[in-house]
Amino acid sequence: MSSLQSSSAIDLFREQILAASKNKTPLSIQGGGTKSWYGNANTFTKLETRSYSGILEYQPEELVITACAGTPLKEIEAVLAEKNQVLAFEPPHFGDGATFGGAIAAGLAGPGRISAGNLRDFVLGARILDGKGQDLSFGGKVMKNVAGYDVSRLLPGSMGTLSLLLEASVKVLPRPAATTTLRCPITQARALQLTNEWAGQPLPLSASCWIGSSTGGDGELTIRLAGAAAAVKAAIPLMGAAVNVVELDPSVADAFWSNLREHELPAFQNLNNNDTLYRLALPAVCGPLAIPNMNDQLVLEWHGQQRWFTASGDDVTFATVKTLANANGGHATRFKQGAHVDPNQQRFTLLSEQAHSVALEAVQARLKASFDPAGVFATSRLP
Amino acid sequence: MIPMNMVIPPPELAAITALQSKLVSALRPILPEHALLWEPEDTIPYECDGLAAYRRMPLAVALPETEEQVARILKICFNMQVPIVPRGSGTGLSGGAMPMSQGLVLSLAKLKKIISIDPFTRTAVVQPGVRNLAISEAVAHLGLYYAPDPSSQIACSIGGNVNENSGGVHCLKYGLTLHNVLKVRGILMSGEIVEFGSLAPDSPGLDLLAVVMGSEGMLAVVTEVTVKLIAKPKLARVIMASFDDIEKGADAVAAIIAAGIIPAGLEMMDKATTRAVEEFVHAGYDLDAETILLCESDGTPEEVAEEIERMTKVLEQAGASGIQISQNEAERLKFWSGRKNAFPAAGRLAPDYYCMDGTIPRRNIGTLLRRIQGMEKKYGLACLNVFHAGDGNMHPLILFNGADQEEWHRAEEFGTEILEACVELDGTITGEHGVGIEKINSMCVQFGEGERESFWGVKAAFDPEKLLNPDKAIPTLNRCAEYGRMRISGGSVPHPELERF
Ligand SMILES: Cc1cc2nc3c(=O)[nH]c(=O)nc-3n(C[C@H](O)[C@H](O)[C@H](O)COP(=O)(O)OP(=O)(O)OC[C@H]3O[C@@H](n4cnc5c(N)ncnc54)[C@H](O)[C@@H]3O)c2cc1C
Ligand SMILES: Cc1cc2nc3c(=O)[nH]c(=O)nc-3n(C[C@H](O)[C@H](O)[C@H](O)COP(=O)(O)OP(=O)(O)OC[C@H]3O[C@@H](n4cnc5c(N)ncnc54)[C@H](O)[C@@H]3O)c2cc1C
Repeated sequence: MSSLQSSSAIDLFREQILAASKNKTPLSIQGGGTKSWYGNANTFTKLETRSYSGILEYQPEELVITACAGTPLKEIEAVLAEKNQVLAFEPPHFGDGATFGGAIAAGLAGPGRISAGNLRDFVLGARILDGKGQDLSFGGKVMKNVAGYDVSRLLPGSMGTLSLLLEASVKVLPRPAATTTLRCPITQARALQLTNEWAGQPLPLSASCWIGSSTGGDGELTIRLAGAAAAVKAAIPLMGAAVNVVELDPSVADAFWSNLREHELPAFQNLNNNDTLYRLALPAVCGPLAIPNMNDQLVLEWHGQQRWFTASGDDVTFATVKTLANANGGHATRFKQGAHVDPNQQRFTLLSEQAHSVALEAVQARLKASFDPAGVFATSRLP
Repeated sequence: MIPMNMVIPPPELAAITALQSKLVSALRPILPEHALLWEPEDTIPYECDGLAAYRRMPLAVALPETEEQVARILKICFNMQVPIVPRGSGTGLSGGAMPMSQGLVLSLAKLKKIISIDPFTRTAVVQPGVRNLAISEAVAHLGLYYAPDPSSQIACSIGGNVNENSGGVHCLKYGLTLHNVLKVRGILMSGEIVEFGSLAPDSPGLDLLAVVMGSEGMLAVVTEVTVKLIAKPKLARVIMASFDDIEKGADAVAAIIAAGIIPAGLEMMDKATTRAVEEFVHAGYDLDAETILLCESDGTPEEVAEEIERMTKVLEQAGASGIQISQNEAERLKFWSGRKNAFPAAGRLAPDYYCMDGTIPRRNIGTLLRRIQGMEKKYGLACLNVFHAGDGNMHPLILFNGADQEEWHRAEEFGTEILEACVELDGTITGEHGVGIEKINSMCVQFGEGERESFWGVKAAFDPEKLLNPDKAIPTLNRCAEYGRMRISGGSVPHPELERF
């Protein structure tokens, strides 16, 4: 992208922000819009980022890529793949439209999160337009940086409510030299036990997924090993000693992990009109949970720390699910709603429903006000 | 080093004494006698942290023993509008824990219990005063350890690590404090207890844990930290490679990463450093080499064998003039001993040394090293270079004699010029030591007015009254304006000991 193009795109964004501030007409930032359904609903004017697209800097030996927010995620992944590098947190994209900025603002991560870390861990720097239209840069392009507060790492998961992300630098990693996927039939309780035991040993464990019946009976555990070829090879018999594993064909394995990441496995499909796809985030210690009125299948990722299921989308069910999650030290999200579920419902567990966070609500409100004093950025998307 | 106590005019002194008695009487009822210090002979050990060049006496020092006492101290100071400077072990190298003359130093050193260890979920809950290394020692029998390993790990506290987002030799592969802490419990200046992060993989709302990391004691007082433990690798081996040219060594660093290898550690020392340490530790370093790289691999024996072979090939191709691979644990430790003792070895070469800390993209390492050579001539001072090359995190050690005030100013100017070069080379003025009081002027070089205003916004969101370590890290607008003028005039900053408004 030429610098002329880029400065005119930024000027346009700034004009939109200033007009919104003046006219008190909030904006809803949209990248690919591939997940406009995620987060609390809003009907504000759209500020579209796709015009601000392009990779600004990529130096494989620095393990850093810097790109404009509107850059398609798939473009970034393709450029990295040429140099045998990856976004290790495996952001989901669903469809062609997903943008780099959208992925960062959503802050979601795929199966690799459990070993590689979450998206925020990889963010090194960001350039933003705040609610006053100020063009600001935080962090940088180097691995270590403790100059000033780490504002760029506040953006992941902020869902476009703090500022408009213009550009970001993220750390990338070499693609693991070898990858193998193993599978075995197993109960939920044993799967939770084993994956956590393995994670405490020096094994190249990079992802786990248990899918089974909601009633807690048998299911299937799929494990991904990734690292040096020798380490992967040595780990297979070790795991095989605990359970009867089969090695999946690489193409079957790749399809499985990608379908899991993109929610294209049968367990995620066919969301009934009155149902919600719930996401639970839980501490590692949490055993199987008895979830009332849940539909057929349960999906456990991240050694049990991320759990998915569908159930009725009404407020009473959500309240029950939240209570269960909170009681176990976690929280719940109405990740995706069926067509007939009221779109105006609260999608997230509120901060005030957590221990010791009443004071933090005020901190968050002040933070938000400091970046966006006029409330330009779709304040309702995140509670 | 050199004392730089402020000369306080008499009327102000009287006001300070009055405030001191008021504060001491307010705190006395909540703390045991031995936990509150205000006589100069008792508070003098707290007048500075690891950066001894900047010193100041506090009003008083409180050493609470429980979280409840911490909360009550904060409330009292909040009500009295007395600023607080939190302090861990005081090993910080940027003056982050330097006292304020009208403030209380709040030492967390007595909160040093390991509250719980859970091998199954691979976590430990510890109080802030627990030493970094004590965590790994406490879980070693479980085959686990806490990865971030600042060189100060025998002394520095986990609370300090959280507030400086500390890292060490192994953080290239295993990450900084940020990547290894799940949850932080803390107390806001208002006295309210809060929790950042959670044991779950994420928590509701904005990710406040991310900003608390590296916040230099300015957002909340940390009272409890839940750390991630990881499995101890079965084996580690290190390659020691010599290069007859600095640039070649720097290029080798980039070549290793470009080959898709993330070593467990990748450190570099220049000739002046190897010579200084060899005399000290006798590690068998190649004294003719312009630079030496230490390149570690860890993991299963199979993994290590494979990685050592790949790294050796890359280093050979990059033109290494000599390669040695550790054959056993004793030899590995011997190779590392020089790197680990570089600071004390530097201390033998000159009465004082000034340790800088900046980070640049790996590709610019050679350029910066050349520039530093030029600065050595310009300032007439020697500089040793030993650093975390894998992260591009540089630690130039400027040698000087602190008894000579003029020489200290030259050392300071030298350091500032290095930091400015780091920013110019696409890097940052601090990689791991923090801004503190030391680099507050350099913040004006790295950030513009808008960014600094946003930082103050973040500060105010947590601490609206600006009472928690308020004179650190984030410069005011006026301070930067004045610093800018002074830089333009070229001379050294007059009266650096005076507060700039
Ligand atoms: C069916 C489906 C399944 C999915 N499954 C998963 C899954 O299993 N796990 C998972 O983690 N993710 C999942 N996703 C998430 C999503 O695909 C990715 O995160 C994607 O990268 C979002 O990009 P986008 O550009 O389309 O974002 P958008 O939908 O356009 O925006 C997402 C959010 O980011 C904000 N935003 C966008 N751009 C900016 C910017 N430049 N500055 C500030 N804020 C901005 C928006 O306001 C919005 O709040 C799924 C999506 C769909 C549709
Ligand atoms: C020889 C030597 C080698 C070093 N090597 C490294 C290295 O390799 N990597 C590295 O990152 N650093 C290194 N350091 C710097 C220093 O050890 C680290 O910054 C360390 O994290 C400081 O911890 P501390 O407990 O001593 O904190 P202190 O120096 O006491 O305080 C540091 C900052 O944290 C704040 N603080 C401390 N505890 C709390 C708390 N509980 N709540 C709120 N705020 C708090 C203070 O206000 C201050 O701003 C080194 C220092 C020395 C002397």
